[in-house]
Amino acid sequence: MKIIVLIKQVPGTANTRMNPETGVMIRDAGETILNPLDEHAVTEAVMIKKKHPGTEVIALTMGPPSAQKVLREACARGADRGILLSDKAFGGSDTLVTSRVLAAAIRKIGDTNLILAGEKATDGETGQTGPMTAALLDMPVLTFVHRLEVNDMHIIARRMVEDGIEEIKADLPALVTVVKDINNPPLPTIKGYILAKKQKFPVWGPVDLALEDGTMGLKGSPTRVVKIFTPKLSRQTTFYTADTKEQLPGAAEAIIKVLKSRSLTEKGDRYGV
Amino acid sequence: MESKQSVMILAEIRSQQVHDLTWEMLTWGRKLADKLGVQVDCVVLGIEQGNFQELIHWGADRVLAVTNGRPDGILATPAARLLVEIIRAEQPGIVIAPATTFGRTIMPITAARLATGLTADCTELDIDPKDNLLLQTRPAIGGNIMATIKTARTKPQMATVRPRSIKPDGFDHTRQGEVMIKQYDTANAWPETLLSFRHNEENDINLENADLVVAGGKGMKSKENYQQLEELAVLLGAGLGATRDAVEAGWAPFARQVGLTGKTVSPKVYIAAGVSGKIQHLAGILTSEYIIAINEDADSQIFKVADLGIIGDAPTVVTQLIQALKDLKTDGKEH
Ligand SMILES: Cc1cc2nc3c(=O)[nH]c(=O)nc-3n(C[C@H](O)[C@H](O)[C@H](O)COP(=O)(O)OP(=O)(O)OC[C@H]3O[C@@H](n4cnc5c(N)ncnc54)[C@H](O)[C@@H]3O)c2cc1C
Ligand SMILES: Cc1cc2nc3c(=O)[nH]c(=O)nc-3n(C[C@H](O)[C@H](O)[C@H](O)COP(=O)(O)OP(=O)(O)OC[C@H]3O[C@@H](n4cnc5c(N)ncnc54)[C@H](O)[C@@H]3O)c2cc1C
Repeated sequence: MKIIVLIKQVPGTANTRMNPETGVMIRDAGETILNPLDEHAVTEAVMIKKKHPGTEVIALTMGPPSAQKVLREACARGADRGILLSDKAFGGSDTLVTSRVLAAAIRKIGDTNLILAGEKATDGETGQTGPMTAALLDMPVLTFVHRLEVNDMHIIARRMVEDGIEEIKADLPALVTVVKDINNPPLPTIKGYILAKKQKFPVWGPVDLALEDGTMGLKGSPTRVVKIFTPKLSRQTTFYTADTKEQLPGAAEAIIKVLKSRSLTEKGDRYGV
Repeated sequence: MESKQSVMILAEIRSQQVHDLTWEMLTWGRKLADKLGVQVDCVVLGIEQGNFQELIHWGADRVLAVTNGRPDGILATPAARLLVEIIRAEQPGIVIAPATTFGRTIMPITAARLATGLTADCTELDIDPKDNLLLQTRPAIGGNIMATIKTARTKPQMATVRPRSIKPDGFDHTRQGEVMIKQYDTANAWPETLLSFRHNEENDINLENADLVVAGGKGMKSKENYQQLEELAVLLGAGLGATRDAVEAGWAPFARQVGLTGKTVSPKVYIAAGVSGKIQHLAGILTSEYIIAINEDADSQIFKVADLGIIGDAPTVVTQLIQALKDLKTDGKEH
């Protein structure tokens, strides 16, 4: 079996601070990580490989040359090899174009049985790349998956939807996007890192993928960001002190007043119930 | 029939029924269509029967029930094919759908097949008076930035819209409209089968779509105290959340974690009890309409984003709140 895992390099989160005036997250420039959900996708692929000997796990990412780093991490976590899709022409791609480039690479790799992706990435946060890539490859897509069973011909996946759990069977090849609950990624082993260190990752560009000028990057993208602004944290905090027994009922009342004004004190017909 | 490109709204379907969330979508649709002087088409995928007149009262000029004549539950791949067919037939200028597991799956498949742009999870939609294009505004990077996006060169302009980004408005029981049933063949396009569906427990409220979320952090002090929040959540019909530290302490399962590596919530009211408000937690709650924080430390960062701050012992305040709510209910019954 051949499994491709789509992975994305995203800005790191460990050293984030908040700008006290704007409430905006400040990330230390340069620090990047493997998108957290993609860690789960890689882990799942490696778990499938353990159950199906002979399986090959290929990590695929589109990004700048520095995105090699996440390919290396995927290999340290057990992927067999990685491919980097990188070229100036890919810069500024929206989700449709990202999916177009990924789909072209998946076609070039050929004979894939299963594609795994994260449900969403922590920066762009659209969650669109997985389903769009599947559509361009004309295969079924199962999103929001938290349990996956793989056989030679088909998969059975459990999707976490708003009002319950859907269990769906789909023919292979198929694309699956995973949520956090699917597994607990172990830390990569030292041996994994040593093996990954030796890996060389081929870099494919527009020529390798037979993509035409104008179909990629900002130029090829149908969506365009026309404005970016920071939401104001214009919250005016009303304080209430509840230090003593006497102050407690007032504190509860203040909370209930807010809930009442928004008709939230009565258990009612809520969305998502 | 008007030749102008309509605004198409995708109805939310859950358990084979049109979900009330559709009213919000129709409210957005009406707002945009009135600015453009075009009609609103409400597309219902996979079911032929329902209270379609109600959708007209909420703002639809036409309800288009689109099916493939099969009884199976409507699954993403075939449903997206139906949506592609109806878009090709009707040529709408704009297509919007709720940003739910349903909309967030079907819309990207559809947009990719039509080779057009799709903007995710918008909280604001408007029409640019200069060029009549759709202005799609959405939060990204954990609510820390807002981006306005346009799809200028391809049609239709597609967007998913976050639940509760607008209040349902404009219900008019005298509004007239048309209901049409359309069938398309999606044979050979059925690589998926629904095997089973397990409904959530009644009290198992989906965090991401909850109107009210009660969440606890390490300041709740113990698992027993945290369980009080569960009682509060049940009492209020609220979603129950937790910080990562509370999850790591074993007080709550990971599914309840709110924040950068957990769920993003955007309720009308978020109640944070004993939560310090570290940036990774805030990333999941910044789009909440109103934030109530209970913390013993007046300088705690959570108060920087709170609308109402209760300075005090979180477990005690929660106990008091539960009692007050119970009193409220019994009082209500006596009158
Ligand atoms: C503020 C902002 C808002 C944006 N809004 C939109 C928008 O509304 N619509 C739109 O079309 N584009 C949008 N974009 C562009 C979009 O972020 C990029 O196209 C990005 O490459 C992929 O999107 P994502 O981060 O949303 O990934 P998601 O679709 O959330 O990622 C899901 C999964 O897809 C896979 N994946 C994603 N990217 C890659 C990659 N480069 N290589 C390999 N696998 C990958 C991973 O498995 C990942 O877990 C926006 C960008 C910014 C900065
Ligand atoms: C990469 C990364 C990802 C992360 N992702 C997430 C995430 O998704 N979600 C998340 O929540 N965290 C996340 N974290 C962790 C985050 O940084 C914080 O550590 C965490 O949110 C703190 O949880 P807390 O508020 O429960 O605990 P603490 O920070 O310990 O805060 C406890 C608070 O309770 C108050 N308190 C104490 N006693 C009382 C009392 N008796 N009454 C009232 N108040 C009291 C204290 O004043 C304090 O403010 C992440 C961290 C990293 C590095």
